[in-house]
Amino acid sequence: MEPIIIEGTPKTPSIKFDAREGVFEIKGRSIPENSVEFYKPLNEWLDQYMQGPLDKTVVNIRLEYFNTSSSKCILDVFKRLESIHRSKHDVEINWFYEEDDEDMLEAGEDYDSIIKVPFKMIEIVE
Amino acid sequence: MSFDLENLVSDLDIRGAVLYYKGNVDSDTITKALDLVERKLFATREAPRLRKKVYNVLVESLQNLYHHSDRVPRGYHSAKPDRFGLVVMEKLGRGYRITTCNFVDTVRVKELEEKLTRINRSTPEEIKEQYKDILNHQEITAKGLGGLGLLDIARKTGHRIDFRFKKYDNLNTAFRLSAVVAPV
Repeated sequence: MEPIIIEGTPKTPSIKFDAREGVFEIKGRSIPENSVEFYKPLNEWLDQYMQGPLDKTVVNIRLEYFNTSSSKCILDVFKRLESIHRSKHDVEINWFYEEDDEDMLEAGEDYDSIIKVPFKMIEIVE
Repeated sequence: MSFDLENLVSDLDIRGAVLYYKGNVDSDTITKALDLVERKLFATREAPRLRKKVYNVLVESLQNLYHHSDRVPRGYHSAKPDRFGLVVMEKLGRGYRITTCNFVDTVRVKELEEKLTRINRSTPEEIKEQYKDILNHQEITAKGLGGLGLLDIARKTGHRIDFRFKKYDNLNTAFRLSAVVAPV
């Protein structure tokens, strides 16, 4: 399965989902006006990955900003990961947030309370 | 004098504003406004936490205009863009006030007023729970909208959202929304 790699823009995050390594990353800003359009290929890629996931999948979320429209799409990504986890495969989500960014920490905690996947909150100290 | 959206912000300090814009609110306008404000926030060396909150609230405010402005009424000036709005961002003490104005169909006013009143009566904990409930259970629209924008503004600011309506005619109403982001 080919990796999905998307360069970041001022409004959309960089994406690197690699099925061979089982490491996925979403990094940067996710504030597009139409987030469904941006996340659709990611979720389609994940639908394929779900057919034969690796024993362990690690997901790194390093977002600086995201809008409410993206928050729903990110939840859709997590729900697919939850499904992989339910099928007895290891999934770990690392939620990175900058020091003192309590809003980003709270956002991670929101997802952690909704999604049944091990969630690690990682503070980035500058 | 004929009505202008600017009439709704005559009490604000437009001349000294960090950002003032009136016109068509498209994706490019939003990108430019965010870039300008971010550069100004860096230049004034605002604390990262305040800077991020302001940026987040501005994103939601501008995208509210983009997604939820209804059509400009017939006879309102000459230009009639689909997404017409006004935004003012002022420095207010050690914080910032972000105000947006746009037209909404008069039939939507009651629902909007009830929604904002409900948010303003909620405690921060209730707002957090409402946000999570909508995030998890409400269907997303084709544009990715889920009705979280106002709740997010209330959550990030921790203050009540100030709003007012001014009837333009039977079909159209001008709507003003203000949120204050204060240092934490």
